[in-house]
Amino acid sequence: MSVVFERPKSLSNVPLHYCPGCTHGIVHRLVAQVIDELGIEGKTIGIAPVGCSVFAYNYFECDMIEAAHGRAPAVATGVKRSLPDRVVFTYQGDGDLAAIGTAETVHVGARGENITIIFINNAIYGMTGGQMAPTTLLGQVTTTTPYGRKKEIQGNPIRVCEMLSTLDGTAYAERVSVDCVKNVNNAKKAIKKAFECQIAGKGLSIVEVLSTCPTNWGMSPTEALEWVRTDMMKQYPLGVYKDKTSDEEKEGI
Amino acid sequence: MAKVLMKGNEAIAESAIRSGCLHYFGYPITPQTEIAEYMAKRMPKVGGLCLQAESEIAAINMIYGAASAGVRCMTSSSSPGISLKSEGVSYIVGSDLPCLILNVQRGGPGLGGIQPAQSDYYQATKALGHGDAHLVVLAPSSVQEMADMTGKAFDIGDKYRCPVMILADGALGQMMEPVELRDASAVTLPEKPWATCGHEGKRKKNIINSLYIDPKELEDVIRARFERYKLIEENEVAYEEYMTDDADVIVVAYGITARVCKSAITAARKKGVKAGMLRPITLWPYPKKALAALADKAKSFLVCELNMGQMVDDVKVAIDCRRPVEFFGRTGGMIPTPDEVTKAILKLGGAN
Amino acid sequence: MTKSFLLAGFGGQGILFAAKQLANCAMTKGYNVSWLPSYGPEMRGGTCNCSVIISDEEIGSPIVTKPDILVVFNIQSFDKFEQSVKPYGTLFADSSLINKISWRDDLGGAYYVPATKLASDNDLAGGANVIMMGKIVAATKLFTREEFIENMVSHIPASKAKLIENNKRAFDLGYSFK
Repeated sequence: MSVVFERPKSLSNVPLHYCPGCTHGIVHRLVAQVIDELGIEGKTIGIAPVGCSVFAYNYFECDMIEAAHGRAPAVATGVKRSLPDRVVFTYQGDGDLAAIGTAETVHVGARGENITIIFINNAIYGMTGGQMAPTTLLGQVTTTTPYGRKKEIQGNPIRVCEMLSTLDGTAYAERVSVDCVKNVNNAKKAIKKAFECQIAGKGLSIVEVLSTCPTNWGMSPTEALEWVRTDMMKQYPLGVYKDKTSDEEKEGI
Repeated sequence: MAKVLMKGNEAIAESAIRSGCLHYFGYPITPQTEIAEYMAKRMPKVGGLCLQAESEIAAINMIYGAASAGVRCMTSSSSPGISLKSEGVSYIVGSDLPCLILNVQRGGPGLGGIQPAQSDYYQATKALGHGDAHLVVLAPSSVQEMADMTGKAFDIGDKYRCPVMILADGALGQMMEPVELRDASAVTLPEKPWATCGHEGKRKKNIINSLYIDPKELEDVIRARFERYKLIEENEVAYEEYMTDDADVIVVAYGITARVCKSAITAARKKGVKAGMLRPITLWPYPKKALAALADKAKSFLVCELNMGQMVDDVKVAIDCRRPVEFFGRTGGMIPTPDEVTKAILKLGGAN
Repeated sequence: MTKSFLLAGFGGQGILFAAKQLANCAMTKGYNVSWLPSYGPEMRGGTCNCSVIISDEEIGSPIVTKPDILVVFNIQSFDKFEQSVKPYGTLFADSSLINKISWRDDLGGAYYVPATKLASDNDLAGGANVIMMGKIVAATKLFTREEFIENMVSHIPASKAKLIENNKRAFDLGYSFK
């Protein structure tokens, strides 16, 4: 009997604490599979954020560092500049990356740091109970936009891939989704390409993953996946926003 | 005004609105996120603003702006977020701006934990920002005090042109108790002729600033500020004494810990030790005179905090080290049971 | 008179709501009350317990470690808190989720109510907490049935009439449970 599927080795053999229907589990698995396939677990350092995935340091078998809210790209810079032959990735939520950490996020793109950002965009703050995120959609109800996000008061959502692709140091930026099998497979390809981009020293690679938060969206897991398709993808179209990975010149540091 | 059952966090938010604060800037962090959520629901109904900033640093700078514009404003956070506000608070102090900052403390250092603690005492009373400065620090011990101190904080801030901090903890924030809220119509907001709100050609321009390149000028500004601090020390000290008249052992505690200590003192008295408590309500200015007076008759002091003993030295200095000062505490988010504190009181009392 | 309650179960069982009803009713009746929740590391799915103190006197520590009355809705809470009940204290357990009984011989009373099953059998999903409150009011006699229901209903907006009916039914199921 052949094995058709097993837990990737770099995904720790512990129960995950995520809510039923949360897509963190899928993305953790994809990242771990990529680390296994590239054979890099021993030289990978991951940086966990503040957010639902704050305990990610318990879920991956590579070395892991906890960072302060939003500062993961700066922490990653510290690690990568000290150990340039290591593979360094951050795993961040929308508050971490696009609210408090906006400066750190922009500047790794500007500097072209050879790190990989896995960005979980679920349009809400999950861990703290469902407040507005920079990626919350207009009209979306959250606990700090109880009457729906209003342009005049809370402004507009941020499109991260588009924004970062304006920076010369961003080598690869793709937005994917994990709402269906086809997209999950595509997401994995993108994550692998992102790690390969780092290993080739091309500059910043970021994969933005449209994700669900059934608990705080007030939906069932299947309703949540559908909402990604009907609403999130309209605001955040899937696709490649920057790809300099086949450029001859080494753009990154 | 009838009593309502309210969470400490919510009581502060509602009380702020009733004190004329129509501008709230904050960021989610456990265990005080309810404040932003409450404000988000309430502010639009009263014509006010609740804005979730991109970070605690942005929030404190929004406060700097709103305070400069002359409005009553408030921000709230918890320990790690308060650290982020340090620079902003220093600017606010250096520019003599009033505002309310609420710290609902949690276990630290670093990301720490989410359960209640009092380990930001040093930070609040000694150095929330760089430079020669003091922050007025109020320590409520019940939901009613959370509500009452909010109004007081705005009054003190406007009167002396200084930021005020309410130092609470996760337990007080999450706890519900009956509370009587103030009547909003009874509030009169003072004039602020110094505010940068647009001179409209009717007055000389105002500048809000903390930069003084000339060192002599900077020294003068600081000394003038410290004259106001002297007035605050003379007029605004607050504390509560509980069974201190005949007490041999004086427990010194604030916030949720003081509640635990009250129960412990009752139990200790039943076991024959005459214990009492001085509960500081203002942590700055500190009730030095009251403590010094107690040291005349009492035999020993027991400081009880949810940290590693940050207030001990303040008690020692207040009583001029005339009596032994011991410490009992838990930290990291642990709260002692009354039994644990009673044991510590009995030990101290028995030793006398 | 001071009575301390500890209610415990997992997040989502409505424990905080039930505890709030208790606290509200006590406050209406003129008692001093305190209500303090404790969360597990995450806000959802984790363990949840709530301390409620009802007293004629000023309340000291709001944290209940040795309850007069323990109310548990899952096995983990039963195991964790069973021994903490004061001698002559009272235990209420949701027997549809807890398949054991207490072996303590110093309890004033122990009531095993299949609250979750009663709720699902009577089309009252999510009402196990209110059913349990019915039994607690009947057994402790801290309030009359009328006092409790009136207070509970006063906190439900009139627009949610169905909710009022359901809560009354749930309460009475527990109140009359033998």
